[in-house]
Amino acid sequence: MSNFTTHEFDVIVIGAGGAGLRAAIEASAQGVSVGLICKSLLGKAHTVMAEGGMAAAIGNVDDRDNWRVHFSDTMRGGQYLNNPRMAELHAKEAPDRVRELEAWGALFDRTKDGKILQRNFGGHRYPRLAHVGDRTGLEMIRTLQDYGIHQGIEVFMEHTVTRLLMDGDRVAGAFGYDRELGRFRVFRAGAVVLATGGIGRAFKITSNSWEYTGDGHALAYNVGAELVDMEFVQFHPTGMVWPPSVKGILVTEGVRGEGGRLVNKDGRRFMFDDIPDLYKNQTATDPEEGWRYVTGDKNANRPPELLTRDHVARCIVREVREGRGSPHGGVFLDIAWIKEKLPNAEEHIKKKLPSMYHQFKQLANVDITKEPMEVGPTTHYVMGGVRVDGDTQMSNVPGLFAAGEVAGGLHGANRLGGNSLSDLVVFGKRAGEYAAAFAKDKGRGALDESQVNDAATEALSPFDRPSGENPYTIQHDLQDMMQERVGIVRTEAEMAAAVDALGGLRQRAAGAGVVGNREYNPGWHTALDLANLLTVSEAVARCGLDRQESRGAHFREDFPAKDEGHAHHNTIVSRGDDGSMRVRREARNPLPEELDAIIKEMG
Amino acid sequence: MPEGTKVTFRVSRGDAQSSEFKDYTTEVTAGMVVLDAIHQIQAESAPDLACRWNCKAGKCGSCSAEINGMPKLMCMTRMDTIDTTQPVTVEPMRTFPRIRDLVTNVSWNYEVKKKIKPFKPRKPDAEDGSWRMHQEDVERSQEFRKCIECFLCQDVCHVLRDHHKHAEFAGPRFLIHTAQLEMHPLDTEDRLEQLKDEQNIGYCNITKCCTKVCPEHITITDNAIIPLKERIVDEFYDPLTKLFRIFKPKKKG
Ligand SMILES: Cc1cc2nc3c(=O)[nH]c(=O)nc-3n(C[C@H](O)[C@H](O)[C@H](O)COP(=O)(O)OP(=O)(O)OC[C@H]3O[C@@H](n4cnc5c(N)ncnc54)[C@H](O)[C@@H]3O)c2cc1C
Ligand code: SF4
Ligand code: SF4
Ligand code: FES
Repeated sequence: MSNFTTHEFDVIVIGAGGAGLRAAIEASAQGVSVGLICKSLLGKAHTVMAEGGMAAAIGNVDDRDNWRVHFSDTMRGGQYLNNPRMAELHAKEAPDRVRELEAWGALFDRTKDGKILQRNFGGHRYPRLAHVGDRTGLEMIRTLQDYGIHQGIEVFMEHTVTRLLMDGDRVAGAFGYDRELGRFRVFRAGAVVLATGGIGRAFKITSNSWEYTGDGHALAYNVGAELVDMEFVQFHPTGMVWPPSVKGILVTEGVRGEGGRLVNKDGRRFMFDDIPDLYKNQTATDPEEGWRYVTGDKNANRPPELLTRDHVARCIVREVREGRGSPHGGVFLDIAWIKEKLPNAEEHIKKKLPSMYHQFKQLANVDITKEPMEVGPTTHYVMGGVRVDGDTQMSNVPGLFAAGEVAGGLHGANRLGGNSLSDLVVFGKRAGEYAAAFAKDKGRGALDESQVNDAATEALSPFDRPSGENPYTIQHDLQDMMQERVGIVRTEAEMAAAVDALGGLRQRAAGAGVVGNREYNPGWHTALDLANLLTVSEAVARCGLDRQESRGAHFREDFPAKDEGHAHHNTIVSRGDDGSMRVRREARNPLPEELDAIIKEMG
Repeated sequence: MPEGTKVTFRVSRGDAQSSEFKDYTTEVTAGMVVLDAIHQIQAESAPDLACRWNCKAGKCGSCSAEINGMPKLMCMTRMDTIDTTQPVTVEPMRTFPRIRDLVTNVSWNYEVKKKIKPFKPRKPDAEDGSWRMHQEDVERSQEFRKCIECFLCQDVCHVLRDHHKHAEFAGPRFLIHTAQLEMHPLDTEDRLEQLKDEQNIGYCNITKCCTKVCPEHITITDNAIIPLKERIVDEFYDPLTKLFRIFKPKKKG
């Protein structure tokens, strides 16, 4: 029998970003005991990196905004594959969640009359993003963290969960190790909330950190939970492209929200050349109107740089492919030009985009108040995730909940910027509330020691192969392969080849070895993460193959148009009894009459 | 520095008990930062070399280390700002106990924060539960809320680094945290006594070393510590204010 310590809680939350912290706070407020587990130190989760803002129809800047407009913007951005109930709840509850953050100490930027200021972002009809300069995620995570530490939640920092434990059909807890010494831990719980974030490390060029290995997706899938919409991976149009070591680091959409324009090497503002029909009547007809929009003219339409991310990313790829790109394979993003319009442009840019200013100055020797940036698409976010009930956030596995980026449904085929931070707190709260209720109602399940022993054996197996392959090499090869074959432009042949290649990588992963011991050994950690990366990569490739059309973030060169035949279903992934991955189509959630009416009315 | 130079990194490896410097040579290319070099060393020759990182863009405060003796974020230190004709030393922060290689045990910081009296807002100004605040009033606290908790200021402060007053002194990071709360336009709590007697702000002798290393360029000493010290003087040592306090128990700015 293996050596481990057991901790018992009513609810455990895996992940301490915005979603996990909010879930833990809520569960604790419901009077149950809560354990919160995260791979990094508290306050370092991905949420800390979010820049631009958090979407909520508070209507402080434009009083025409309300939840119905936000709802319809979200559905339109998601090409109507979203779970409409989630889009509805999100739009309705986001304002309260923003105000609640303020009550817990967050200090958002202000309007002239002292209210929370809101900024423009792609796909949002009105200025909607509450923000703090370009460090909104830091404000959110620090507020939740500083409030959360006084709520009686027990935190396990630098702990990694490698398996969920089951009692029959229901979840009974989780197994993991502490990174410091490599000791095994068993968390027994009545309900488990997954809040582990995304999968971006499956690709080479990414804005995501080492944490984003799709752990939550894989943990859920392995115990029978369904995943939904996994073909939809968001490639953010503007990542850094130079120098090579910073390739992929995000350049916030806030730059475009403040008036930044995209130009090719000939100086042409190419976004005006291709405006999708769905957005024709919401987009500016010339640069002058675009500028009026970003400076608050309510009668102007937004500039085409603020179209949805999938579209902007594809336009950039087109410019580069057709030979009109910048020297390092991107295009130019220019905010310095606003000095033609504003006398104090330099100060204005530094004030509105301070971390972008520093990031470019320090990492690329570029002064964004004087020269344009070079940018290109970077893997950013996964719309797909654990399929959950819209109200409770419970998956099809009883007692297993998911919230935040790891959950699927809210964003459909494409997420609007700013809709993630609001997602985290709206559905984090709901997941915490319903997980607590489940745990109160059902109590804790039984622990099955054989599952624990299995998990321990599996976790230690890389040590049996000290001369096995270096896990970093396998991870790099996987990232290269996915970037090339299942990236922003996809085809049948490439994705089929990817599925094959994943088989080979899986075999190599089974032979990965580690040197050293169990104490804070990143080689070991990387070896253990490989299995999850392989699972989510396979899900992306297989769902991508199944969707023979282009929609939202999923672009097929061999099927470049939208196809009505694919407009009415979501792609569902589950694990077959033989362990193989099953993909099936399921009719999308029905749209209730009153929501349908809103969409029709908003045009 | 020419393209593709081989550079030697002298990395401190070991745990709480023992450590030694080990040399690793790796190729440095345009635009690389120290964290890239460490990752390259992991991939090429030392997969078990422990370090922390997340964002690679100076936003999370995970990758703090001492590079050629200077406390820095590894992800924001470009190789072309370092003399590479000599081996580049990379060591963990010295003020905290080492776990392994470049990873230190910073849990003390989390305990210090937990003891600080939390945010306590005044009643909402509007019916919908919201408040009115003006931009110029939130900016003071916003400066301190930029902190990414890299703990480099804690690392460099001599009260902690040389005199090991961890049990008595909160350190610059938590003095600005307290300042942020004290200057928060909505907060109604009073933390001056705590600052004086538990956090021992008096131990700080304004050397400004913390301000110099802060990667977020927070003016820790001038904007936070000095004003707090002044408030304490006003509150506890100025006889006039003391008299005044009898009639007006709480004063907030
Ligand atoms: C650079 C950048 C900028 C962005 N800007 C914006 C923006 O302006 N607006 C917006 O709305 N969105 C933005 N996003 C997206 C948004 O930040 C993320 O989608 C969101 O923060 C995810 O939050 P989360 O709570 O789901 O997960 P995270 O914050 O990523 O937290 C995941 C947590 O799970 C833990 N974890 C993972 N696996 C395990 C495991 N196996 N065991 C234990 N713990 C585990 C991690 O340690 C971490 O604590 C941005 C993203 C990036 C990368
Ligand atoms: S100014 Fe004070 S807090 Fe900062 S390093 Fe010097 S003694 Fe420490
Ligand atoms: S104040 Fe500056 S140096 Fe200190 S922890 Fe915060 S960001 Fe780091
Ligand atoms: S990795 Fe985040 S600050 Fe360096």
